[in-house]
Amino acid sequence: MSGSNITEKETVKEEIESVVVRFSGDSGDGMQLTGMQFTDTAALFGNDLSTFPDYPSEIRAPIGTVAGVSGFQVHFGSKEIFTPGDSFDVLVAMNAAALKVDLPRLKNGGIILANTSGFDKKNLGLAKYPEGADPLNDSSLDNYIVHKMDISKLTKECLADSGLGTKEIERSKNMFVLGLLFWMFDKPLEHTLKFIEEKFAKKPEIANANIKTLNAGYNYCESTEIFITRFKVSPAKLPSGVYRNITGNHATAIGLVAAAEKAGLPLFLGSYPITPASDILHELSKYKANGVKTFQAEDEIAGICSAIGASYTGSLAVTTTSGPGMALKTEAAGLATMLEIPLVIINVQRGGPSTGLPTKTEQSDLLMAMHGRHGEAPLVVLAANSPSDCFSAAFEASKISIEHMTPVILLTDGYIANGSEPWRFPNEESLNSIKPNFLTSPNGSDGQILPYKRDEKLVRPWIIPGTKGMEHRIGGLEKENETGNVSYNHINHELMVNIRAEKVNKVADYIPQAKPDSGKEKAKLLVLGWGSTYGAIKTAVRELINEGKDVAHIHLRFINPFPKNLGDLLKNYDNILVPEMNKGQLLQLIRAKYLVDAKGYSKVQGLPFTTTEIKEKIKEMLS
Amino acid sequence: METVTEQNIKLTSKDFSSDQEVKWCPGCGDYSILKQAQTIFPDINVPKENIVFISGIGCSSRFTYYMDTFGMHSIHGRAAAIASGVKAANPELSVWIVSGDGDSFSIGGNHLIHALRKNFNFNYLVFNNQIYSLTKGQYSPTSEKSKVTKSTPYGSIEDPFNPAELALGANASFVSRTIDRDPKHMQAVLKRANDFKGASFVEIYQNCPVFNDGAFFIYTDKETKKEEALLLENGKPLIFGQNDEKGILILDGIKCKVVNYKEEGISPENLWIHDEKNKTKAFLLSQFINMEQDGEAFPRPFGVLYANERSVYEESMVNQIIAIKERKGKTPLGKILSGDKTWVIA
Repeated sequence: MSGSNITEKETVKEEIESVVVRFSGDSGDGMQLTGMQFTDTAALFGNDLSTFPDYPSEIRAPIGTVAGVSGFQVHFGSKEIFTPGDSFDVLVAMNAAALKVDLPRLKNGGIILANTSGFDKKNLGLAKYPEGADPLNDSSLDNYIVHKMDISKLTKECLADSGLGTKEIERSKNMFVLGLLFWMFDKPLEHTLKFIEEKFAKKPEIANANIKTLNAGYNYCESTEIFITRFKVSPAKLPSGVYRNITGNHATAIGLVAAAEKAGLPLFLGSYPITPASDILHELSKYKANGVKTFQAEDEIAGICSAIGASYTGSLAVTTTSGPGMALKTEAAGLATMLEIPLVIINVQRGGPSTGLPTKTEQSDLLMAMHGRHGEAPLVVLAANSPSDCFSAAFEASKISIEHMTPVILLTDGYIANGSEPWRFPNEESLNSIKPNFLTSPNGSDGQILPYKRDEKLVRPWIIPGTKGMEHRIGGLEKENETGNVSYNHINHELMVNIRAEKVNKVADYIPQAKPDSGKEKAKLLVLGWGSTYGAIKTAVRELINEGKDVAHIHLRFINPFPKNLGDLLKNYDNILVPEMNKGQLLQLIRAKYLVDAKGYSKVQGLPFTTTEIKEKIKEMLS
Repeated sequence: METVTEQNIKLTSKDFSSDQEVKWCPGCGDYSILKQAQTIFPDINVPKENIVFISGIGCSSRFTYYMDTFGMHSIHGRAAAIASGVKAANPELSVWIVSGDGDSFSIGGNHLIHALRKNFNFNYLVFNNQIYSLTKGQYSPTSEKSKVTKSTPYGSIEDPFNPAELALGANASFVSRTIDRDPKHMQAVLKRANDFKGASFVEIYQNCPVFNDGAFFIYTDKETKKEEALLLENGKPLIFGQNDEKGILILDGIKCKVVNYKEEGISPENLWIHDEKNKTKAFLLSQFINMEQDGEAFPRPFGVLYANERSVYEESMVNQIIAIKERKGKTPLGKILSGDKTWVIA
């Protein structure tokens, strides 16, 4: 740049509204931890944000290969943020494979921080770059701002006197990266310094090495001219209150804990480890001091069956899983439906069928949740729409399950389960009460026990073992109305099928009516969504409304039963678009139930919708 | 502290009989099992409302409907998994699993072995009739090889499970065998199972008069039972035979031999003395099914093959909760909601 004369250390501070950073490296490079530390700092600083951890299903895929790339994406800003971002402004590429995987979604003119030691001949080969290609030094990255530095070497130099081995030194290099990013976005180091001290309290030499490297990364920017621009992202103007950052699985877990406390019941989780649901089991296992019982079962079937057993004895019983496990639980879910006992079944959906894409997201289990039991076996189905929303979804699922004596399926998915966002958490008092319908004395004439005699909600009483004088039998065979005795009478069977269906339909009397999340109750186009597409649809619809488009957004919490007013509401819109990460499952339900000519929009790539995709589709529908 | 109320003391077997009509085939061994259970329950020192029967699917599993206790007739093979949840959630309950050879050893095999390994303090009754009865006569995992059934018209080609061996292999802490046609023996074994703290595995030889009639008659018929059945008593020598003249010796490590100790002048105390806590010996006992000497099968052991208490799942679970509670204290819900790191937006 002839003529310009930038003096030493003269950096420009640029105020920006929001930014997307993608940390990308080998599975062993610590990108998840780096991303989470950056996220926590941004959150504590007051930015609104949304994250998207995107990692391979192999724990340690071959080093340096495309299969082993682990990414963590964070979108933070001074405005409200609902998605992790369609594309990135900054890409941290620890090796050639990371660049290869993530470059396609880096914005034109975006910034690349490349660790040159990950781009040697060997790494380029492992990433399958063509012979002779050298992206950092040829012209292929001309459209981007590339900062090259040998992070491995810089870390090594910084820790030369630390007395640590090569491996441990190499492992600290993610802290150098974090230091660079903190400088670049003008963020304080305090939070991470505290984190390191706590994490390595018993290994001071490791703590010191990490602290030294973090500072070195930060100071490297101060003392070199590597970055001309420093970005400032001010705190977001969010509703006032106290916030924390939370992932979907964590929110689900504490939603269950809160529901159990509000119901005055012990919490029992029967579960078998499966990606991406296991974190709920891990989180709940920490609450033993609160009496939470977690039971790691021998298989998925035992997971749900143990929960059925616990529910039978009067616990708030839960089983957690993902698609393949859900398939195994279906027979037992039918038993719970037949017994009419409370049970919360949580399916953290992932790409299917079969083993499918274990670490990638999808919404393709909706119809299985609706119909995946033999016989006429309706139950309540609801879905969470964002990481923090998993809390209230889990709480509501528990409340309905207990108060309506029915199994409930809560659908989340890998995207919101692992993603995180700031959450203005509720205080304990603001949570609804939950009232179990226990029966401790005979409810029939002449002291008869009628386990299937119902109240006005068509709900039967919960009679638990240990209740004196209330001994009775229940089972999977069809039962006579009220007495619960085995009955093969054909008229009685139809009566019971209808009662069980009507009981679930009646839940609609106790859930909120549908209303637009954005836009009006009448518009040219309605975007109807459910589950984790919430952020992308909301952002797209809001932006289009600002551009003057006549569009609205309704997002469904309950899919069975639907809100009572949904059919009437849908009639107010000329066109209905249903974007889903499946081949049109909600679409089928909506078209079948309401006879409206809704149009679907499918994405089945193991990735969430981008805002741009939804916007383009809406524009296409409107034109 | 459990207190035995006056009312509990006064209960009779009738108090454990539900108002439902019993619908097993005439002559089914299940009638006897039901009767023996109802007979012992007034004496097992458990309040009636704390007794829970959990069954799977099969003829055996209808048992639950006929006991006037709490009960759940569940789905095929899953009784042990459901009972695990019942026991973990409420350790105070006296839980009885009722299952059959198909229910336990085929479709429910995984739950059986893990329930025994985890060692819940419950009683696991398997009615073994060596046939699928409710589905009208297919071979089961305990049917003998070459058995001709509806699904094996040319004979089964599979070797059967040996239930006692399987249970011991799964690290069961209590393994026993009894038979429908010996009521006193069954009552004694059921009482032992109830008193034992841990998963009590009880294999009950049960006659299916329709699809596998007489499979176990040699162990109870007058002419044969003394030769074919070996009644185990802890601390007593293994003696059988028409005139109690035969005994079993352990020779050369783990080799077993049947001897006529009376003729050979061997003192009974030099015979194999039954030791319920010896797992190696229990395993040997489980192998009698396959052993023979001079073309004659070894007698079939009945009674408690193995009983050795170890830590019980639900008790360990509760103890861990108590210990963590004492160390950390209960986290208030407000603290769980807020977590450790919060910030304020004004």
